[in-house]
Amino acid sequence: MREFTYSRAASLDQALGTHARPIAGATNLVDLMKLEVETPDALIDITRLDLSRIERAGDGVRIGALVPNADCAADPLIRRHWPVLSSAILAGASPQLRNKATTGGNLCQRTRCGYFTDLSTCCNKRTPGSGCDALKGVNHNHAILGTSDACIATYPGDMAVALAALDACVQIQGPDGMRQVPLREFHRLPGTAEAPDNVLQPGEIITAVTLPAPPPGRQIYRKVRERSSYAFALVSIAAVIKVESGLISHARLAFGGLAHKPWHDPAVEAALIGQPPGQAVFQRAADILLKDARGFGGNNFKIPLTRRTLAAVLIEATRD
Amino acid sequence: MSATYDAPDRRNLLDHMRQGVIGKPLDRPEGPLKVTGRAPYAAEYDLPRCAEGVLVGARVSNGRVTAIHRDEVSAMPGVLGVFADPAMLRRPAQGGAGKAPAQDVTQVDYKGQPVALVVAETFEQATAAAKALRIDYEDSSDSAHFDPDAAGVEPPKKPTDLGDLEAAMRDAPHHVDLIFRTEGHASAAMEPHAAIAAWDGGELTLHGSFQMVAYNVPELAASLGVDPARVRIVSPYVGGGFGSKLGISHDAVAAAVAARELGRPVRVVLTRQQVFESVIRRSETRQRLRLACDETGRLVGLGHEARVSNLPDEKFAEPVTQATKFLYAGDNRRLAVQVTRVARLTAGSVRAPGEAVGMQALEAAMDELAETAGIDPIALRKRNLPDKAPGEGIPFSSRTLVEALDRGAAAFGWDRRHARPCQTREGEWWIGMGVASAARVNMLAPAEARVRLHPDGRVEVESDQTDIGTGSYAILGQIAAEMLGSPIDRVTVALGDSRLPPGAGSGGSFGAASTGSAVLRACEAIRAELSSRLGVAAEELTLQDGLARGGNRSDTLVGLLGGDMLEETGRIEPGRTGKDYSQATYGAFFCEVAVNAFTAETRIRRMTGAFGFGRVLNAKTARSQCLGGMVWGIGSALTEALQFDLRDGHLVNHDLAGYHVPVHRDVPALDVILLEERDAVASPLQAKGVGELGICGAAGAVANAIYNACGVRPYRFPMTPDTLLDQMPDPF
Ligand SMILES: Cc1cc2nc3c(=O)[nH]c(=O)nc-3n(C[C@H](O)[C@H](O)[C@H](O)COP(=O)(O)OP(=O)(O)OC[C@H]3O[C@@H](n4cnc5c(N)ncnc54)[C@H](O)[C@@H]3O)c2cc1C
Ligand code: SF4
Repeated sequence: MREFTYSRAASLDQALGTHARPIAGATNLVDLMKLEVETPDALIDITRLDLSRIERAGDGVRIGALVPNADCAADPLIRRHWPVLSSAILAGASPQLRNKATTGGNLCQRTRCGYFTDLSTCCNKRTPGSGCDALKGVNHNHAILGTSDACIATYPGDMAVALAALDACVQIQGPDGMRQVPLREFHRLPGTAEAPDNVLQPGEIITAVTLPAPPPGRQIYRKVRERSSYAFALVSIAAVIKVESGLISHARLAFGGLAHKPWHDPAVEAALIGQPPGQAVFQRAADILLKDARGFGGNNFKIPLTRRTLAAVLIEATRD
Repeated sequence: MSATYDAPDRRNLLDHMRQGVIGKPLDRPEGPLKVTGRAPYAAEYDLPRCAEGVLVGARVSNGRVTAIHRDEVSAMPGVLGVFADPAMLRRPAQGGAGKAPAQDVTQVDYKGQPVALVVAETFEQATAAAKALRIDYEDSSDSAHFDPDAAGVEPPKKPTDLGDLEAAMRDAPHHVDLIFRTEGHASAAMEPHAAIAAWDGGELTLHGSFQMVAYNVPELAASLGVDPARVRIVSPYVGGGFGSKLGISHDAVAAAVAARELGRPVRVVLTRQQVFESVIRRSETRQRLRLACDETGRLVGLGHEARVSNLPDEKFAEPVTQATKFLYAGDNRRLAVQVTRVARLTAGSVRAPGEAVGMQALEAAMDELAETAGIDPIALRKRNLPDKAPGEGIPFSSRTLVEALDRGAAAFGWDRRHARPCQTREGEWWIGMGVASAARVNMLAPAEARVRLHPDGRVEVESDQTDIGTGSYAILGQIAAEMLGSPIDRVTVALGDSRLPPGAGSGGSFGAASTGSAVLRACEAIRAELSSRLGVAAEELTLQDGLARGGNRSDTLVGLLGGDMLEETGRIEPGRTGKDYSQATYGAFFCEVAVNAFTAETRIRRMTGAFGFGRVLNAKTARSQCLGGMVWGIGSALTEALQFDLRDGHLVNHDLAGYHVPVHRDVPALDVILLEERDAVASPLQAKGVGELGICGAAGAVANAIYNACGVRPYRFPMTPDTLLDQMPDPF
C-alpha cells in the first residue's frame, strides 16, 4: 500500500471539490489499495456525514449514500415496496461485508476482472494503453454485451441491477451544486477503457439514491453463480412484471454480469408488454436482448445461460 | 521390542484397558486456546527487533534474473536489505523430501516465483519497497510450455499392464471408454505460509507452519548449508496444511538467510496471492477410463490412464490410479500416469493426492458401466471386489466397503432412488441420487514419542508430531490416558517442536496411527515397569483412575511410583505388514442433488458417508475429518478450479475470492457413519488413517447424482453450469 493522507469530513462541504478520494465502508477501495491497483494519495472519510437515512420521498424513497447494505436490505419499507432491491443486496457478498458496505460505495465498486487486480498483467483499465489480457485469456466471467476491444470487464455488483430495474436516480453533490443522474446512465460502457467506470467527477459525492413509486407487479431478483453464496454473478436478473387479464401489462428488466453496467434494454421490455406470457414470447425477448451478444471463449456459455435464466425468471414472474 | 512393524499385533491392547477414554468424542484440549486467539500461529510470536520481509514474485514465466535494482529502493524508508541469496528457494520441498528443494532464485521456472526478499523495519515499508523493486530478466518464455494439452508427455513410470485390455474391451458384452478432466486445486489452508527466523550464534530457531517437522529440519538445514542439529523448528499450531506444508517453502529459507545477514530476527509471511502462486498446486488431470464387464457385471477389463503435469525435473506425479490398482477386479488391466512439463507452479501433494481426483473419475465410470450393463450400481461394485490385490496377489488387511455401501444405503434411503434419470422434478429443479465407493491407501510412517509418568501421576506426551487442526493433541493424550489409567485432564501433550522426538508428521493420513503407535509403545514399556513393581504379569495389570490392580494385589499409581518418574520413548517403523498386505481405508458416499433445469446450477441436498478406517480413536475428531473430506469433495465436484492463463502459465484466480472453496450454503447437513473396525495389520492401535478418506470418491457420487437428476453425464470437474449447460434437456 502506498502512503496516503487521511482526513475525516465533518460536513458535506469539506468533502466536496477536494481531490481526495471519498472512502465509506472501505471494503473495496482498501483491498485495491493494498494491491496498489488504486493509489490515491489522499482519502477523505465520509462516514460521519449525515447520509445514513432511508426516508419516504413522495410515493418513492430516498436512500442515503451511507446506508449500510445490510440496513437497506432489512428496512421494512424497502422490503414491502421494493423487495427486489432487498433480495439483490442479500444476494451479494457476505453478512460481514454488507454491514460495512454502503449504498454509494456499492455503486462505485470496481470490476472483478482477474487481470485488473494483478499488476503483473496488461490491463487498459488499470494502465491505459497497455492492452487487455482478458480478451484472449481467462474470461470466464467477462462481459458479452457492450464490450469494446479495449476492455471486456463487467460491473460486478447486484444492488445496482435492482436499482436499474426500478429506474432509480443517483443524487450527486458537487462543489457547484446537486445533479441527478438516472442510475441507468450512471455506469459507462468501456469504450476506450481509459474512460472512468461511471460519470462521477473528482470532487463529487453521491449523497443518495432515490426510487420512484414502486412499479406494479411481482418483483424478482435471480442470481446465477457457481458457488451458492459469496460469489459474483455469472448472470443476474432483476425483474418487475405484472400480468393483467392474461397479458403482460408492465415489465421492467435489468441484467447483471453481462456488461460493464447494469444492462437495461427498453426493447426487451417492449417485446413483452401486451403479450401473453409464454415460451415463444420469452424467447423473443431473449433474442432481442442477446442479438449483439458476443463471447470471448471462456464466457461463451453466458449467452445460452442468459437466455435460459431469463425464461426461468419470466415463468416465475408470470405464474398465477 | 523391534521398532519395525513386521507382524500384526493382534493383542488388541486398547480394548483391554479400563480407563474408557479411547474412541470417546472428547473435545480437543487446545480448542479453547484456538477459539480465544491465544494459540500462537507461526507469524504471531513477538521477538525483539524483528524485521519484516516481503517476497517479490517474478514477472516473467521462464528465464533468468539479470539485474535487481537494489539501489533504487535501499533509501526508501525503513529498508534494511534486498536479498536474492543462492540458498533461497525456487520451489518448495515435496512432502517427505528431507533434503533441499530447487534453489537459486536467479533462475525463473514459473511466473510469480519468488526471486527476491525485501526486508524493512515494518511490514508496510517492506511491502512498499517490494512493490517498487525493479528487476530485469532475460525472458525465455518462448521455449516453455504452458498448456498441458499442447505439451508432449513422458513415458509412464511403472505402469500396470496385465492381460490384454484391448481384446477385453472388444469382446466384452458391455464396456465404456470415457475421458474425464479435472482442474487443478489449491490446498487453500486458512493460515498462510509464514516463518520467523532467529539466529543465536550458529543456532537457528524457526517458528513456522509445517506438517512434517522431522523432515522440515533437514530440508531447512540443507538449504542453508548448516548442521541439522543446529536448526530448531517450532510449529505447535498449524492453521491447516492440506499438503502444502509437507515441505518447507520460500518463506522459511528467505527468513533464515535475511536473519543471518542482518543479525536480527526476520519474519516472512506469504500473501494469500503468493501462497496460491508459488507453493503447491494439485495438477489438473486428463483421465481415460476403460471398463469392460461380462453379462453378470463381472469386470474383465479395467484401464485407467492419466495425464498430469509438473515443472521440469519434479519427480512428483499426481498418483491418479493409486486406488484403482486394488479396488476392483478385472484380469486385463492397464494403469498408467504420464507427466507433461509445463511452466506452472510446482505440482505436489494436495488433499489426498491421487485418489481425490482418480476416484471421482473411476466412480463416475463405474456408474456409467452399471447403467450400460443394466446392473444396480451398488451390486456392480460388490460383484467386483477382488479376493486378493490384483497383480500383487497379497491379501487385504481389512475392507469395510460392503458394510459401508449397505449401511450407507440404508441410512440414506437409497431404495427411493429411481434407476432411470429425469424422474423427479421439483419446480425448476431436477432431483437425483448417486453413489460412489471411497478408497484411500493406508500407510504407516516412522515415528517416535516420549511419555513421562510423573511421581504424582501426571502424564506427559511429547513428539514433534504436528496438529494441523486435525486433533493430534486430543488423540495422543487419549491413547496415553487409556494405557496408563489416567484421567484425561492429568495428561498433557506437547507437539510440533523439533527438540521433541521425531513423530510421523501430518501427511498421507498417517500421523495418528503412526505417532499414536509410538505413544502406545512408550506406554507399554511404562506398564511393564509398573506391573513388575506391583508384582504381576503385564497382561494382568489393570490401570484405572490412578489405581493399579492385578491378581489379588492393588496399589495407587502414586504409591507404586514411590517418588520416581518413569520415562519411555516408543518407536514404530513400517515393516513387513506394509508389504505383505494391501492396506487401505474404505467407505461409501451417497448424495442427493438438485440441478436447476434452466441454469444447470447444482446444489447438494444431502450427503451420507460411511467410513471404515480401523479403530476410531476419537469419534468427534474422526467425524470432523470425514466432514472436512466431504466438504473438499463438494468443492472438487462443484466449485474448485485453478484457472491458469495458457499464454504464460500464470494463475489468474489467486485468492479466495476467485478460487471458490465451498461456503456454508454449499454444504448441507452431512451424515457421517463411522464403522468400527480393528485392523491389526495396519498398526498396533488397530487404527488406520482417516484424514483424507472423506474426499476420495465424493465428487463421483455427486456426478452420478447429477446424471440421475437430469440425464447429463458430467465428464469435467468441477461441474459448473458451463460444463453441463449445452447437454441439459429442454427445461420447459
Ligand atoms: C469478497 C467480496 C465479495 C463481494 N461480493 C459481492 C457480491 O456478490 N455482489 C456485490 O454486489 N458486491 C460484492 N462485493 C462488493 C461490495 O458490495 C463492495 O465492496 C461494497 O459495496 C463497497 O462499498 P463500500 O462502502 O465499502 O465502498 P468503499 O470501498 O468505501 O468505496 C468504494 C468506491 O466508492 C467510492 N465511494 C464510496 N462512497 C462514495 C460516495 N458517497 N460518493 C462517491 N464515491 C464514493 C470510493 O471512493 C471508492 O472508489 C464483494 C466484496 C468483497 C470484498
Ligand atoms: S477486461 Fe478490462 S479490466 Fe480486464 S484486463 Fe481487460 S482492460 Fe483490464
